Amino acid sequence: MPNPILEVRDLRVEFPTRRGTLVALDSVSFAIQPGEVLGVVGESGAGKSMTGAAIIGLLEPPGRIAGGQILLEGRRIDNLRYEQMRRIRGREIGAIFQDPLTTLNPLYTVGDQLAETMLTHLPIRPAEAKRRAIEWLELVGIPAAAQRVDSYPHEFSGGMRQRVVIALALCAEPKLIVADEPTTALDVSIQAQIIALLKRLAREKGTAMMLVTHDMGVIAETADRVAVMYAGRIAEIGPVRDVVKAPRHPYTAGLMASIPPLDRRVERLAQIDGAMPRLSAIPQGCAYHPRCPKVFSRCAVDRPELMDAGTTDAACWLHYKSPAHA
Amino acid sequence: MPDAAVFVEAQDLVRHFDVSRPILQRLAVREGKRILRAVDGISFTIPKGTTLSLVGESGCGKSTVARMMVGLYGTTSGHVLFDGRDLKQARAASDQRRRLQMIFQDPYASLNPRWRVADIVAEPIRAFGLAQGRDAVLARVAELLTQVGLSPLDGQKFPHEFSGGQRQRISIARALSSNPEFLVCDEPTSALDVSVQAQILNLMKDLQRRLGLTYLFISHNLAVVRQVSDRIGVMYLGRLVELAPAETLFTIPRHPYTRALMEAIPDLEMTGRTRIPVGGEVPSPITPPPGCAFHPRCPLANDRCRRERPELLAAEATMVACHAVQEGRAG
Repeated sequence: MPNPILEVRDLRVEFPTRRGTLVALDSVSFAIQPGEVLGVVGESGAGKSMTGAAIIGLLEPPGRIAGGQILLEGRRIDNLRYEQMRRIRGREIGAIFQDPLTTLNPLYTVGDQLAETMLTHLPIRPAEAKRRAIEWLELVGIPAAAQRVDSYPHEFSGGMRQRVVIALALCAEPKLIVADEPTTALDVSIQAQIIALLKRLAREKGTAMMLVTHDMGVIAETADRVAVMYAGRIAEIGPVRDVVKAPRHPYTAGLMASIPPLDRRVERLAQIDGAMPRLSAIPQGCAYHPRCPKVFSRCAVDRPELMDAGTTDAACWLHYKSPAHA
Repeated sequence: MPDAAVFVEAQDLVRHFDVSRPILQRLAVREGKRILRAVDGISFTIPKGTTLSLVGESGCGKSTVARMMVGLYGTTSGHVLFDGRDLKQARAASDQRRRLQMIFQDPYASLNPRWRVADIVAEPIRAFGLAQGRDAVLARVAELLTQVGLSPLDGQKFPHEFSGGQRQRISIARALSSNPEFLVCDEPTSALDVSVQAQILNLMKDLQRRLGLTYLFISHNLAVVRQVSDRIGVMYLGRLVELAPAETLFTIPRHPYTRALMEAIPDLEMTGRTRIPVGGEVPSPITPPPGCAFHPRCPLANDRCRRERPELLAAEATMVACHAVQEGRAG
């Protein structure tokens, strides 16, 4: 197996508050190989965006990494100083956020923004940067790129802006892309165009990608593997087909069943009763046990770590095999 | 004579918004008025106890229709008929006005953060005089909260103490408190997580069955719409392009735009088929293209489509506005 581009080991993120410390992420571990797309799904507050923010070194204070390691090509990046991290962002890790309007600077033309990024990170001259900016706009499918390169962000539609953001994230040819809900603000017909574009570029350039979204459909179409998060931990991780078709964790199963199907009408959608606990009130044992239909005594006492569940890894005592059997 | 089965009817609804610059600026640069045609001639009927859904992408005018149906927006032309009466007359009488209510998309913005939940739910009851005396009002509030799956004790809390899904339950309880017969639901689950969305959709279906409610349901999510609708209208740039019984729309979509929308939805089944995303983007409703508004993105467009605007005409069980379908070119 080749060395992973990104490796996250036992990541723990805490928020100190007046009422005590909230643990936003706990024991989060995963790796992404070159050219691989890892989907990260979960409901609001599960910690999926937080994981992305921790990797690119943009946690909102007072949030801080309290434990674990983040390694980019084997090198630790979680303990770097701001200035060192700034050089890695853009050059080695590209970021795409949900809202293209807040990502782009409204006062500069898109060409200038692309050129600035490349000049900061690549050893090229301004004329070359300008030429490449036009090339990138063509590559992400902006018509009449040579003219549009001198336009300002407000002159583009939402879908076109997100294409510019993708060009911006990719133009310094990073090894890893962290994309946080890149298609959520877009209409479904535009969404399909953007997903196809991201997938094609990641494959062509061999870029590893972490795709954070709440939309299982997007994950199913784009990702190679998927991590399902619940209350700040990974509940299940595995190949996308296995997680979607034959989930091993009851939470994943509930989540998949509650998605309204497009190909038929059901009288009653499967629902998970209750809601995800707040960070200040995460139950003891497995965080999902109060909502779990398969709960048994151990779930309320011990917190399960990810364990081998056949096709995937799931943090669930149902899959526990005592060492005597193993 | 109104059809007995028709409870709510939209007759050729039009709503324009004036988005011109201020008059002095306009005179200075010699610019004409700019009119945004948010809704440009829409007609439909909803039989009692059924659900009509309107789907479409942002800017297609679906929310504007929703607001016109309850009188939050006036109409530029056209009429809304509610139980055989013009909506303007119906809204003038409070015993009629209470019969229609609306549920909004964002449960964080549509509840007053300074009011306790019990007061939020009780306001329509007091305003319409539906219960006399404090005890009767509180009893009714408790009943409503129970009906939407909350505890009567939750009435003493403030909206910020609830999650998104619970807040949407409060919105529903408030809407139901005036004993309405017609509910307009504008993207009621779009702000919610998928497992919570399932809870709310199930609740809305239960309430419809139990109380005989009539719904106008607005959504951009075709999968959600399939679960709740009896009939579905697909909107594009202020007009209906297709109106059909729910199952018909999904089994035999006729309009090229409807087909493109279904094609574009990410597929959970992962059959590995390569999707052909519809190219281009929705044009501006200020300067819509001539002829059929979808023609710049349509694979079937010909000269007639670029020239002549198609009307919504019957094609078997479906109503569809497309020259290609009418001429049998759609395949």
